[in-house]
Amino acid sequence: MLRWLVRRLLLAVPVVWGVVTISFVLMHLSPGDPARTALGEKADAASVAALRHQWGLDKSLPLQYLDYLGQLVHGDLGQSLYYHSSITSLMWQRLPVTLVLIVFSAILAVLISVPLASRSTTKPNGAAALVVRLFNAVIQGSPTFFIGSMLILFLGVRVAIFPAGGYPSSLGSRAWALVLPALTIALSIVPLLVRGLRAAMIESYSSEYVTFARSKGLGTGPIRRRYVLRNAGISGVSILGIQVGALASGALVIEQVFAIPGMGSMLMTGILNRDYALVQACTLVFGLIVVVVYLVTDIVYARLDPRARLS
Amino acid sequence: MTASETTLPVIPPSAEVDARGTGWAPGWMRRHNLQLWIGGSMLGLMVLAAVFAPILAQHSPTEPDAAHALLGPSGDHLFGTDNLGRDIFARVVYGARSDLTIAVVAVIAPFVIGLVFGIVSGYFGGWIDTIMMRLADIVTAFPFFILVIALVFVLGNGAWSIFVAITCVSWVAYARLVRGEAMVLRNKEFVAACEAGGISTSRILLRHFAPNVVTQAIVYAMSDIVMNVGVIVTLSYFGLGIVPPTPDWGSMMSDGQQFLAGGYYGLTLFPAAAVIWVSLALSFIGDGLAHALRIER
Repeated sequence: MLRWLVRRLLLAVPVVWGVVTISFVLMHLSPGDPARTALGEKADAASVAALRHQWGLDKSLPLQYLDYLGQLVHGDLGQSLYYHSSITSLMWQRLPVTLVLIVFSAILAVLISVPLASRSTTKPNGAAALVVRLFNAVIQGSPTFFIGSMLILFLGVRVAIFPAGGYPSSLGSRAWALVLPALTIALSIVPLLVRGLRAAMIESYSSEYVTFARSKGLGTGPIRRRYVLRNAGISGVSILGIQVGALASGALVIEQVFAIPGMGSMLMTGILNRDYALVQACTLVFGLIVVVVYLVTDIVYARLDPRARLS
Repeated sequence: MTASETTLPVIPPSAEVDARGTGWAPGWMRRHNLQLWIGGSMLGLMVLAAVFAPILAQHSPTEPDAAHALLGPSGDHLFGTDNLGRDIFARVVYGARSDLTIAVVAVIAPFVIGLVFGIVSGYFGGWIDTIMMRLADIVTAFPFFILVIALVFVLGNGAWSIFVAITCVSWVAYARLVRGEAMVLRNKEFVAACEAGGISTSRILLRHFAPNVVTQAIVYAMSDIVMNVGVIVTLSYFGLGIVPPTPDWGSMMSDGQQFLAGGYYGLTLFPAAAVIWVSLALSFIGDGLAHALRIER
């Protein structure tokens, strides 16, 4: 296990370096001058030159890259033009909000997917299974923001059970306000999760240990709970882990729709206000979140299923 | 794919293959491959509507008409009118032109790049493969939509940036898929026979590898188009995609949203229905193609 873990950690190193490098390159892909774009056409040459100097754009490219790496090592993500403040401190306020939202969505996604997947495997050709399939296909085809605005309309406005958005300060009402946004993000990955789980469950049903359990005289209920769901759950961990990117993309969209002050809405603010440093920092942190979640997923999976460590 | 080769979490092969398709069709439909026909007709209908939009639409999709704002569906305005009095039906069919074209064209470059990368990487293996897989790992480390939106921001609004952004991100999925297939082919006897027979490497790759691995990529391309539609519509929803006044489903839904609470559902629901219609059609086609091409799911 230790050798495997060290190897897996070493594998993540070039990816982290790549993520950092891409976030650096992003700023330099711009066809124009980022400083000019950020300040607008009317800005005078002196303030553009000052911003170019502040961002280090007047130095050579390799030197800028080294500066960028040096900053990151010191935990400095740069200065936000729009918020007039250090991005690192902004990140400490915004990151927890998005992480809570993502975790909440993942939990809801599991709570919705497991019964659906389980229902569609017990009677694969029944009416319920067909409904699950159609539900999956329609949800998968709907843009996340559309699902969000429909939920707001029906559960936030028509039948006002949940607030239509916002991020209240008291803990209880905050959790309540996060239900709809988390549900929206969860729904965007439910179709993939259901399909993955269903495949894993079908595989498990055809295995020898299930045949053995049947011949022992166990009923369908205990077989499903004790053998099939537990084994399918192991692959469920990976299937969920690999969806973290989709959850983060969903958070970007949904934080905007529900006016939640997380990292996604900060990234969007950066984009709409041409704040290059902010966009760069948010992209970087989102990338790093995914790398960490992939790593954790692999470790959990290896703990649960020793076969993964052998390969 | 094993844990030692990639930083993506390990997924059991059965779940991975299944997650690519839609798997929605019940057994009796699969037997006659009905889903291919249903999906094909649904998509065909939308394409026809887009092509014949000038004939089908009785009104201009862009000309405001304040006297006829926010009308409900009627014989004259099939889907009603929006807040500026523009005909929603006309806007939906003209929107199909811009959205579908970009979504389909944006598949071509990633498809070709992924195919070439995947075949080369799977056939040669070694350091070429290592570099490609690391590159793929790095790109997949970014959440899909976040990298696309950051790229569109840096490159500027418009169709061209959307193409470039989608290409930079989505070639990876094709490359991974094709690489896996190519690695299996690599160990087949006919490949060894070709090599022993002195057939040039480029010929082996073009004549023997490409046709064998392309089917999986084509099936995946169907769900990729769905993803592209989602990206384009979402970008336009945030005002970062197709530039108004060109009709587009995303900006229609974004404009219509403020009228939802007032009971004017058509502004949002008709373009949304168009998006869902196209996604369903492509899912059915992908499923049917996989079945017809005998790719086991």
